[in-house]
Amino acid sequence: MDKVITVEDLTFEYTRGENEEPVKALDGISFEIDKGSFTAIIGKNGSGKSTLAKNLNGLLIPTSGSVFVEGYDTRDDEAIWEIRQRAGMVFQNPDNQLVSSIVEDDVAFGPENLGIEPAEIRRRVDKALEDVNMGEYKMKAPHLLSGGQKQRIAIAGVVAMRPEIIIFDEPTAMLDPKGRKEIMAIIKELHQDGKTVILITHFMEETIDADRVIILNEGKILLDGAPEEVFKRADEIRAVNLEVPMMTDLADRLIKEGIDVPRGIIREEDMVEAICRLKSQN
Amino acid sequence: MIRDITLGQYYPAESPIHRLDPRVKITATLLFIIELFIVDNFPGFAICAAVLGAVILVSRVPLKFIMRGMKPILFILFFTFALNIFMVKGEVIWELGFLHITKEGIRIAVFMAVRLVLLIMGSSMLTLATKPLNLTDGMERMLSPFAKLGFPAHEIAMMMTIALRFIPTLLEETDKIMKAQQARGADFESGNIIRRAKALIPVLVPLFVSAFRIAQDLAMAMEARCYRGGSGRTRLHEMKLKTRDIVAFILEAAFLVLIILEARYF
Repeated sequence: MDKVITVEDLTFEYTRGENEEPVKALDGISFEIDKGSFTAIIGKNGSGKSTLAKNLNGLLIPTSGSVFVEGYDTRDDEAIWEIRQRAGMVFQNPDNQLVSSIVEDDVAFGPENLGIEPAEIRRRVDKALEDVNMGEYKMKAPHLLSGGQKQRIAIAGVVAMRPEIIIFDEPTAMLDPKGRKEIMAIIKELHQDGKTVILITHFMEETIDADRVIILNEGKILLDGAPEEVFKRADEIRAVNLEVPMMTDLADRLIKEGIDVPRGIIREEDMVEAICRLKSQN
Repeated sequence: MIRDITLGQYYPAESPIHRLDPRVKITATLLFIIELFIVDNFPGFAICAAVLGAVILVSRVPLKFIMRGMKPILFILFFTFALNIFMVKGEVIWELGFLHITKEGIRIAVFMAVRLVLLIMGSSMLTLATKPLNLTDGMERMLSPFAKLGFPAHEIAMMMTIALRFIPTLLEETDKIMKAQQARGADFESGNIIRRAKALIPVLVPLFVSAFRIAQDLAMAMEARCYRGGSGRTRLHEMKLKTRDIVAFILEAAFLVLIILEARYF
C-alpha cells in the first residue's frame, strides 16, 4: 500500500522563556500513514498531539528527524506549498480560521491562493459546499452561522483545494453535541470518498470509526494499531489517565464479573451481538 | 442583538446602481467630487444635484437613510456656514457690534454649504450601494497597477477584508468579556464619563489579548491554506465590465464634459 506520510524519528522542541531549558513536545516519533486510511491520534492536553499535527503539513518544522508528505520533505522550503496543498488542515476554532465575510468567498480562498482558473474555482467551491451540505448558505455571512456550520465551511475550504490528506486538529472540541455529530459524519464521508484522514482528538468515542489509533503520551507513541487491538490494552491506557470508549469499559467490567465477552469491544452493535450470543449459548 | 449589526452603512437593495461594477462606482464618486470643485456657480450645482437625485432615485436607497448619515457632519456644516457668513468682506447689509454680514458672505456661505452637502451625499452613495467586500475588491483591482511601484494594493485589500470579517467576532468577544466582568460586580453604567472610561480598561486588556490570539490562529490557518501574498493569486469573481458598466462610464464622461463647459461658459 502507498504511504502518503512518513514520519521518521521526529523530535520537536520549543523554548518557553529565553533562559529556560527547551521542552520536548515530541520525542523520537516514527510512523507511516497509508493512502486512504483513517487514523485517529489521541492524547491528553500536552501530549504533543497538536504539535504533531502541525508538523505533518510544515506549519512546524522538526527539530530533528524528518517528515515526508507524498515524498516531499517538510524541511524543504521549495516544497512547502506542494505539501500544504496535499495535506489540508482543519483547526479547532471555527471562528479563527475563516477569512471572508461571505461563505463562498471563504471556500474560494484556498483555490485562489493556488492560482486556479476562476471557472474551475467556481466548480470546486460549489462541489465542496455540496459535500458538506452547506450549498444553500453560500451567500451567507459566517458570523451568523452556528459553530458546527462554521466548521463545515472550514472543511469545505480545505476540500476545495483537493488535498490527498486532510488533517483535523480537534475539529469538534469547541462544538455542541449536535455540531460534533455533523462534523464526525462529514469526516467519515470524506474517508469513504477516498481521502486520507488524520483526526487529532481527545474524545475516545471519535476514534471508534478509525481504522487505526495512535495514542500519544508525553511526546511518545504509547500504543499504535487497529482500535480493537489498542483498546484490548485498556489497563495501559488507563494508567496514563486516559479513558477508554464506553463499550470497552463495559466489556472489562463484565469480564471482571465473570461474564464471557471478548475484550476490546468498541462498538455498541458488537456489544449487543456478544451479549445475544451469550444468551443463546445458555 | 450584537449579532445583527450591519457592516458599514450598506443599504441592501436590487437596483441597477447596486449591480454596477464597483470600479465604475468608485470612478463616478471621484469624478463627482472633482466636478463639485470645478463648479463655480449655482446653475452648476443645480445640474449636480439633479444628477445625484436621479442616481438616488434609481438606487432605491431611501432619502431618510442618506440623511441619517448626514447627522454627524451637521456641526461642521453650521460651523463653515457661520465662518463664511461673518468673515467675508464686502458690501455690508447687516451689522451688530463687530459682527457684520455681507452680500458676498451670504453667497459664499450658501455656496460652500451646498457643495459640502452634495459632497457628503454623493460619496455616501458609494458605500450605501456597494457591499464593503466588493468595494475593497474594486479598490484592489484599481490600485493593482501601482503594485509594481511598491504600493501594497493587495495587502491593504486583504487587511480590509479581514477587518470586515472580524468586526462581529470581536464584538461578540467584547460582549462576553463585559458580561463575565459584570457577573463579578463590574459597573459600566454609572458615574461620569471619566469613571465609565476607566471601567472599560479592564475590558480592553483581555480584548487585546484575545485579538492577538485570534490573529495568530488566523495567520496559521491562512498559511495552511497556502496563502503567500497577492502574487500568483487568482480570484473566484472575475471583474468584467458589462454593457451597463460601459453605459454608466460614458454617462460619467458626458457629465464631466457638461460640468466643464458649464463652468467655462456661464
